Amino acid sequence: MPQSPFAPGQGPVVATVAAGGVVGSLARWGVGLALPTPPGGFPWATFGVNVLGSLLMGVLVVVAAARTTHPLARPFLGVGVLGGFTTFSTFAVDADLLLAGGHRATALAYLAATVVAAVGAAALGAVLARRVTA
Amino acid sequence: MTALLVALGAAVGAPIRYLAGRLLTPVRAGAVPWGTFAVNVGASFVLGLVLGGPAPHGVVALVGIGFCGALSTWSTLAAETVRLLQEHARATGLVYVVASTLVGLGAAALGLVLGG
Repeated sequence: MPQSPFAPGQGPVVATVAAGGVVGSLARWGVGLALPTPPGGFPWATFGVNVLGSLLMGVLVVVAAARTTHPLARPFLGVGVLGGFTTFSTFAVDADLLLAGGHRATALAYLAATVVAAVGAAALGAVLARRVTA
Repeated sequence: MTALLVALGAAVGAPIRYLAGRLLTPVRAGAVPWGTFAVNVGASFVLGLVLGGPAPHGVVALVGIGFCGALSTWSTLAAETVRLLQEHARATGLVYVVASTLVGLGAAALGLVLGG
């Protein structure tokens, strides 16, 4: 059974996730400003953000399980900061716009590279974190 | 001003993703993370709607970059995929990440068409 989202004591967690989401999203926005993607180009900023965020999430999952942390630390850093930093909606829309613009090879490369690199980065992060925490 | 709009949208989008995970994602091992799937598909559709038409700069910042950006996630999708692969739910993990991508693409395309 899924957990009830409205269980008592959820207020601080929800507020913490919101705060972390703001931090992560502002960082993502900043990266996008620093690395603008030309029309038809490979969206490097979103790609980099998603792969880096996935790597750090892989680390966090292992570290949070191995160490005793403040109960709000993982919601803040994981669901909040890293969840807000990475994004799926821009990934999907950018790939669609590349396809619609006739940049088929770039779109397919972007889709495949993101799926493989993000999942690979999360796995790598977990392996590295296990070595450090073991 | 743009930063404030991005922050406001994110302050709403991130908690909705968290609550969707609690509501829709079963706790048991090997289960499909429906919460992340739902927010990623939903955010892709809404962002398509926003960017499909002539949206003002402020709406793109608030709803697009802030709300949809924070509502959707790749880091959790990637970590959940790795977890499923490790839990010997390999087929579920592969289907989860590929279906998220394909359904997300379709939802974004539908939004782009309806918004245009």
